[in-house]
Amino acid sequence: MLTPDEVVAELRDGMTIGIGGWGSRRKPMGLVRAILRSALRDLTIVSYAGPDVGLLAASGQARRVVTGFASLDSIALEPHFRNARQNGTIELTELDEGMLHWGLLAAAHRLPFLPIRAGLGSDVMRVNPGLATVRSPYEDGNPLFSGGVWGGRPPGPAELVAMPALRLDAALVHMNRADAAGNGQYLGPDPYFDDLFCLAAERAYVSCERIVTALTGPPQSMLLNRAMVHGVTETPNGAHFTSCVPDYGRDEEFQRKYAAAAADPGAWDRFRAEYLAGDEAAYQKMVRR
Amino acid sequence: MSSPTRAEICAVACAEAWRGDGAILASPMGVIPALGARLARLTFAPGLLLTDGDAYLLDRDGNVEGWLPYAKVFTMVAAGRRHVMMGAAQLDRHGNQNISCIGAWERPKAQLLGVRGAPGNTVNHAVSYWIPRHSRRVFVEHVDMVSGVGYDRGAVDLRVVVTNLGVFDFETPDRVLRLRSVHPGVDVSDVLAETGFDLVIPAGIEVTREPSAAELEIIRRLDPDNARNREVP
Repeated sequence: MLTPDEVVAELRDGMTIGIGGWGSRRKPMGLVRAILRSALRDLTIVSYAGPDVGLLAASGQARRVVTGFASLDSIALEPHFRNARQNGTIELTELDEGMLHWGLLAAAHRLPFLPIRAGLGSDVMRVNPGLATVRSPYEDGNPLFSGGVWGGRPPGPAELVAMPALRLDAALVHMNRADAAGNGQYLGPDPYFDDLFCLAAERAYVSCERIVTALTGPPQSMLLNRAMVHGVTETPNGAHFTSCVPDYGRDEEFQRKYAAAAADPGAWDRFRAEYLAGDEAAYQKMVRR
Repeated sequence: MSSPTRAEICAVACAEAWRGDGAILASPMGVIPALGARLARLTFAPGLLLTDGDAYLLDRDGNVEGWLPYAKVFTMVAAGRRHVMMGAAQLDRHGNQNISCIGAWERPKAQLLGVRGAPGNTVNHAVSYWIPRHSRRVFVEHVDMVSGVGYDRGAVDLRVVVTNLGVFDFETPDRVLRLRSVHPGVDVSDVLAETGFDLVIPAGIEVTREPSAAELEIIRRLDPDNARNREVP
């Protein structure tokens, strides 16, 4: 078991870090806040992006973001990501959402790439000029058995995007429950891609609402096993202000405050001084008032 | 019952996009497309699957009928069992759509959503578009960042484009945007004035059908707070 600061002490400048959750949902915000308190820099962040990416863009610690969107869900556009893009202060690897999934799956399976239709014909190929396509070796039909519905006619186009593996130096995810050994459980409706983020990474760190001695509940909810996880930290309310149902929903009022503060540098300085200057305990005390 | 508003005519036009679709995932983006999809399922497209906006599939009575987290949505996309109605910040005559950013991608004037799932959607399954404010800012010669691909770039099944002025499709020999109907009270010249490229105007343009009394009753029951009329005043 680690503290959030001890997790962040294991990260290095220039790392590629995957962050789990989706948009403004079940983000490991306590760990993101620990990065904000650190001197880490030049990070590449791979994420279905929400305020995790917004905060690391605002702090200047994210040099590059790999994503298909950056959203706060109930507020469509992540305001800091938007500012950073429009000011030219962040680099972007823009991918289709499915390509990001496929890149994580390839990394988790230790494959150099996986073929996918998504991206074909779109400007994702223009803005990522290194992306290559690959041709199916089975254009003449299924080599294993004849007949079947695809018989002599393979499904879809033979030319596909070769989505490269998105190998991560580290992954940060947030669970509802975990045990000290690193087994992790989500209790909400969607696992997102947190298991793939962990398997795609050299080192995976889990924050959770509560450490328990034994996980209980449906076995399908036990998303992470200890072979996928290298460190666990307990961060109650640690996804705040993103949602972490059923423990708590998104703090919409606080999120509106966060988004409004992004509108001008003075307001953002005041927001930072009020909420982000101290440690996690100080943050939690401020947002509980 | 009072006569239908423009928003209600748009809701029925959106619903019509899913007619005949059977049991596939309907993914409406926006208030009026969402109303349209629910209306379609309650009337002429009972097979449609709809989520609660999260990971649950809800049946027509609002009961949970299944589980569809994002990973499974992506599989439905790749399997082609989906018909999405997306928005568009820009759309060209071939159906190329932009939701990513305005201006040069390298340093945009306005960062928007990002490409999201639009590239994959358009090469995998049926796609329609909803444009609540039809204007030359949206209907452009060339989009700044091709997110959803048009028919000239490999789209597999672009169905209709519904706007606050009319309904459009791509049913021309070279698969370019064509006016199908104008909403009641809209003139073809209004559409042309707000479209930034040469639109195909076939002979005998129809007027978009109005909701039936039963449809109107459903729309008003599903949206008691009148969110539809804020999306299209």
